[in-house]
Amino acid sequence: MRFVFEKRQSVSRQALVLVPVGSFFVSLLLGAVLLLASKVNPLTTYAAMAHGAFGSWYNFSETLVKAIPLMLTGLGVSIAFRMRFWNIGAEGQLVWGGVAAAWVIIFLADVIPPWLLLPVALLLGVVGGALWAGGPAVLKATLGVDETLTTLLLNYVAILFSQYLYYGPWRDPEGYGFPGTVQFPQFAWLPRLGGTRAHVGLIFAIVAAALLWFVLNRTRWGFELKIIGENQTAARYLGINIARHIVWAMLLSGALSGLAGACEVTGISRRLQQGLSLGYGYTAIIVAWLAQLNPIAVLFVAILMGALLVGGDQVQMMMGLPASVGIVLQGMLLFPMLAGGLFTEYRLRIIRAEKAAPVAEVQP
Amino acid sequence: MIALITSVLAITLRAGTSLIYATVGEIYTERSGILNLGLEGMMLLGAVTSFATAYYTGSTWRGLLAALAVGGLLAALHAFISVTMRANQVVSGLSITLFGSGLASFLGQRLGPESNNYYLVGMSGPRFSPLVIPGLSQLPILGALFEQDILTYFLYILLPLSWFYLYKTRNGLDLRAVGENPQTADAMGINVVKTRYLYTILGGMLVGLGGAHLSLAYTPGWTENITGGRGWIVIALVIFAMWNPSRAALGAILFGGINAVQFRLQAAGTTVPAEFLNMLPYLMTIFVLIVMTWWEALSKRIGAPAALGKSYMREEK
Repeated sequence: MRFVFEKRQSVSRQALVLVPVGSFFVSLLLGAVLLLASKVNPLTTYAAMAHGAFGSWYNFSETLVKAIPLMLTGLGVSIAFRMRFWNIGAEGQLVWGGVAAAWVIIFLADVIPPWLLLPVALLLGVVGGALWAGGPAVLKATLGVDETLTTLLLNYVAILFSQYLYYGPWRDPEGYGFPGTVQFPQFAWLPRLGGTRAHVGLIFAIVAAALLWFVLNRTRWGFELKIIGENQTAARYLGINIARHIVWAMLLSGALSGLAGACEVTGISRRLQQGLSLGYGYTAIIVAWLAQLNPIAVLFVAILMGALLVGGDQVQMMMGLPASVGIVLQGMLLFPMLAGGLFTEYRLRIIRAEKAAPVAEVQP
Repeated sequence: MIALITSVLAITLRAGTSLIYATVGEIYTERSGILNLGLEGMMLLGAVTSFATAYYTGSTWRGLLAALAVGGLLAALHAFISVTMRANQVVSGLSITLFGSGLASFLGQRLGPESNNYYLVGMSGPRFSPLVIPGLSQLPILGALFEQDILTYFLYILLPLSWFYLYKTRNGLDLRAVGENPQTADAMGINVVKTRYLYTILGGMLVGLGGAHLSLAYTPGWTENITGGRGWIVIALVIFAMWNPSRAALGAILFGGINAVQFRLQAAGTTVPAEFLNMLPYLMTIFVLIVMTWWEALSKRIGAPAALGKSYMREEK
């Protein structure tokens, strides 16, 4: 018996849906093995996680709190991934968004009228994220420097720089040594939605997803990005300016992550402080890939990922389990997904040995 | 002055050992055409399992075995996804890192003794202590080479051996052929799939050892995020070494050196904020990357395996 992969005539629609859904259940199964091995009942654990994430309106709003930055960063990296540009730097771009927004609010409060302060802060957050992503983009476009490493290494630089700020010159002098800046004035807070911690960033994310869907699927620019991702040589023959696309796509990618950071500092912590990002920028990569780079799907996958994080916190509080259960589950989601991706483009054929043998002898 | 240089060099080697193991491991992997970005997760998991094993069995050697096994297993998973299932290697490597670091953190809070609320953090276990070689360690400067732990000594054999294997043996030639041009290698009768599995797993085992050196020798014990991004620095070191194991030590020593100098500066009460010193290795790596890429553009080749990161499918000849 022989196994042969045959290329499908067209991408299988069925597999496009079945593979992500199947992956989710496979990761739950694998997680159950891990939980059993550490002598915990997986069913009660999953039930507690589900309750923590979706059990009430308030719980769901907490899931949204985690999902909002994942939506924005997930949308950001999926733009870059469309052209197979590996932007692993959403984390650093998010941090710069937060730093830039905090700078506006702390240092420009006397210059800018109060009603304009928040919009300017958000705008500068967007610019901060975009510029941090622009560096690696320009290096790639001009010299061909590998973007995976530059974007990733710059994450550490960004996080260390923000640490320097809130431990050092920007630290609140009356904060009793707390690593963070002063709290922002109330008029610079991002509005929250009805008594919860979920904020207007949710609306930004939804609007961004809709716009992005349109740009990527209905405009020439979006189409060209896709061509670059699928076949660089073809793109070059078609006369597409790859360097310029890299830079613009990365600026947009970084801008969305920067917006995520600006929303976090103005909507959640209301100051720049330790723990601005909980690895959102890395989880964003899973979000984008699970959503198969579809902006609308990113929104829903982000909610699922947010639920895993909130659920993880919940089992830590209720059952004394490490909150990293959620992260382990997130990590495991991708393996079956990646492995299953083959079935969207290929079909597995089993060839019986006795029939296949003579065929294999014939050389074309 | 000589004494100072000797001591800085000794610290440098100690800090660089885990980097060298992982760099040599990743060189084997990449030479076969497989890019594994999962190093950070593999090193973390290697560190936590080797420490936990050593803690319970009292044997550092069993700890090493655990690290070898864990590194090999995660690498096998990466090989399965990228070789057999032909998925994107970048994304597969990243998920190895996410999964590995999540699982390492989970295990660090579950494998500890009950008295410590199942936490491994703060426990002390057996470790590899430096073995000072009498006589040789008294040499000026070179003495730094001879006051290390056993894992560092083992490198003195591993590095030349790896170089010899890669460039002077038939197997090494086959390996390089698979990474350069799998179609031709296949036509020559080399089993591309088997070769890629073999060296990805071998590489992963060495990466696991790199993690074990952290938790068993360099900073004994388990702490969250004990690797501090070393797995990522290694990816850059491989490029820095131009995929040649004999140059792996140079890069690792340079980066270990930044660490060592940083300790010295902080001890001397420098006014430069610690955060800026901590940025140096990352900024240096970016700088090195730019220079290397620029150099490659000039001389066309620095030795990157031509088929790196590309999956191979026989039917698509």
